[in-house]
Amino acid sequence: MVVKFLDIAIGGLLMGGIYALIAVGFSLQYGVARVLNVSHGEFIMLGAFATWSLFTLWGVNPLMSLVICAPIFFIIGFVIHRTYYTRLRISSESLAVFEGNSMLASFGLLFVIQNIALIVWGAPVKGYSYLAYPLSFFGAVFSANRIVTLFASVILGLIFYLFLARTRIGKAIRAAAQDPDAAELMGVRINQVLALCFGFGTMMAGLGGLLISMTSVMITPFMGLEYTLIAIIVVVLGGLGNIKGSFIGGFILGLVGTIVSYIQPGLSLVAYYMIFLLLLLIRPTGILGK
Amino acid sequence: MEALTKKYSVLGVLILLLILLVVFPRYVSAYKVILLTNILMYVIITLSWVIFSGSTGYISLAPAAFFGVGVYASAILSKSLFLPIFILIGGLASFCLAFLIGALTLRLRGMYFTMFTFGLVELIRHFAQWWEVNITGTVGRLILALDHITIYYAILIIFLLVLLTSYVIRHSKFGLALQSIGECEEAAAHTGVNVTLVKVLFFAISAFFMGVVGATMTMRWQYIDPPTAFDIRLSFMTVLMAIFGGMGHLYGPIVGASIFSFLDEILATKFPYYYMLLFGVTMFVVILFMPHGVEGVIQKWHKREKSGSSEKT
Amino acid sequence: MAQKGEKRIFRENMRILEVEGVKKNFGGLAAASNVAFHAEQGEIVGLIGPNGAGKTTLFNLVSGALIPDSGVIRFKGKNITGLKPHQITRMGIARTFQSVKVFPKMSVFDHVLLGYLFGNPKCTKSDKTLKEVIEILDFVELSEMRELRSKDLILSNQKRLEVARALATKPELLLLDELMAGLNHTEVIQAMELVRKIREKGVTILMVEHVMKAIMDTCDRIIVLHHGEKIAEGKPEEVAKNKSVVEVYLGE
Repeated sequence: MVVKFLDIAIGGLLMGGIYALIAVGFSLQYGVARVLNVSHGEFIMLGAFATWSLFTLWGVNPLMSLVICAPIFFIIGFVIHRTYYTRLRISSESLAVFEGNSMLASFGLLFVIQNIALIVWGAPVKGYSYLAYPLSFFGAVFSANRIVTLFASVILGLIFYLFLARTRIGKAIRAAAQDPDAAELMGVRINQVLALCFGFGTMMAGLGGLLISMTSVMITPFMGLEYTLIAIIVVVLGGLGNIKGSFIGGFILGLVGTIVSYIQPGLSLVAYYMIFLLLLLIRPTGILGK
Repeated sequence: MEALTKKYSVLGVLILLLILLVVFPRYVSAYKVILLTNILMYVIITLSWVIFSGSTGYISLAPAAFFGVGVYASAILSKSLFLPIFILIGGLASFCLAFLIGALTLRLRGMYFTMFTFGLVELIRHFAQWWEVNITGTVGRLILALDHITIYYAILIIFLLVLLTSYVIRHSKFGLALQSIGECEEAAAHTGVNVTLVKVLFFAISAFFMGVVGATMTMRWQYIDPPTAFDIRLSFMTVLMAIFGGMGHLYGPIVGASIFSFLDEILATKFPYYYMLLFGVTMFVVILFMPHGVEGVIQKWHKREKSGSSEKT
Repeated sequence: MAQKGEKRIFRENMRILEVEGVKKNFGGLAAASNVAFHAEQGEIVGLIGPNGAGKTTLFNLVSGALIPDSGVIRFKGKNITGLKPHQITRMGIARTFQSVKVFPKMSVFDHVLLGYLFGNPKCTKSDKTLKEVIEILDFVELSEMRELRSKDLILSNQKRLEVARALATKPELLLLDELMAGLNHTEVIQAMELVRKIREKGVTILMVEHVMKAIMDTCDRIIVLHHGEKIAEGKPEEVAKNKSVVEVYLGE
């Protein structure tokens, strides 16, 4: 009985850690930069593939890849925002118009990234094995790589939280999140800050993908969509624009997913969606939202 | 007088086109008929999408869901019922689903609605997959297909119906209401428009046609399963085609859908891994540089011609 | 239920609008606290107060854009609290907005047509409809601009358009939210003329204003709000001399 409970609880946390990370990334992109980035999951997929390539072709272990991938993904996101979305933002007549357009543009991005992945890695499923030995906690058994991902996501989350709270750039981001125009008036270089947020978003997606790939999951060019959806649901759960909420929301959803999988495997996405629907009906501002 | 002759000549051209479309299958190869059928399918879905999303600005990503519902209605009922009946049922099923979803989510901000419809397709796919595996044990269904000529004429009729419906709506008081909702929902409500009802109703009407066309197209394929029926790329393509063509007039979606489905057909066979790339890039370009699509470009050109000199549009 | 157009004999000072004990909170901030007032049929009532006093909130509560936390709103004796905006519009209350809410890409004609078709139950696009739309456009002096898109109009004309759209719904009570805001001197005088013309047609008017001249000259009665509460009420001359009113305005 206790074992079952631990099984679910810890399993939920493991799942939740990854969800939390990708949700924070998505929240930065939508909450601050106001881009509903439907291609978020594709960056996750890229992160997974990049890790796979680094591991299977060059023997770089995933934890090392963290250090390699983080800046690369950040730069990719930063550049994309600085060149394209910034221009779109300037030419959009209102925020609502920009939100709509940037979402549609993200579709284009989705197509492009998915296709690049298809070309580079092909359609067949890939995977690798790293730190796959079992660890047990009072009878509940988990593979070591999953435990590592939990620690990694919590540590990354903490680092980011400190970054937001303590550094000047972090303060600028928080100001921009509250009121971009006011922030600009106070000297915040808004174009840089928004691009930074977008870059952080893609970075977290990439790292999320890296961690996901470690958990011996199937890596395909089509795996991204599900994670985009999960990110959206978590962000709504935690409150749009509420970064802390997204982090906590990720863990909540991870727990829910694990419980549902236990009862009826294959229905976890359905459960998430039902939660989503309930949230939209009863409390669209989210459990922790303003 | 000039306006009247213009009206009659446009009508004349349209009737000519209609006749061409009707006699088309007799004179061309089966491949061309199937090609045109596919193109018309996309045109129908795009026109339907524009009925609701074009005016109100609520971007729905659900076409794949409604299309798929039609597909399944067909797959389940085609053995026991006639074509017109089961495609009608497919349409009605989509209508009901859209009505339900709309009633629940159209009261919210546009972004929430879009996010919800985005997830709807994946949800239904997962659910259908789970159902087929665990409950009915029928992952993948076989269908007794119909010949391509029958399908072509069925699709042609549906196309004409959607076109007619779009035209009638645009010129009715509801066309005005939908436009007002898209431009200022609060003001529309205070002008006496029952905003929620209008949104939900027309969302459902647009879904109806998607369901009907899904049910019809199933008869071309011999095998369906959840991933085939509920393919999110259909939703993406629809939005792309509508944006590319422009949504202010009836010809925009037709042009956009025709061009893209034609390209899709050609490129998918020759460059299966590259054509999506092209579409993605097109999306970028269109949104930034041609926000009103092909229509917008044509309108601008038209205005410039009319005024003669360079005019700020 | 009283249908619009149904002949109802109003006594001279029948209360067309009654607001009782209405409260509305926004996350701890009381936008309206226990507001009570009324408007009599045929009156022009002014609603004034410093910024943030809750005037637009009150309009939103009456028009159905917001639902009060408590209290009752009655129109022609019937309880309309909690009804949706479109229902309230169809019953006979129309409004304009502080930040002019026109439909940018829609023509002037279509604005009024929309109001006519949807503001009145069971209306179709008939010849009679088109005639009445043109009459309304003449009334607000926008006939020449009927084909123009509203985004191409100057502010004062956009405001006329909002009024025309509201009038198309055949209201018995018209709520004007800062009609004069942003208008120059001449335009203010024209607007006041229009308001008087509307009252002559038998429409009761409730107007929020900051332009004191307009209020003093046009209104029969004035209500003063401050921090969501009514602090004074009466004829313009009385209110102008009221000590608390003067304090509130000078103190700002």
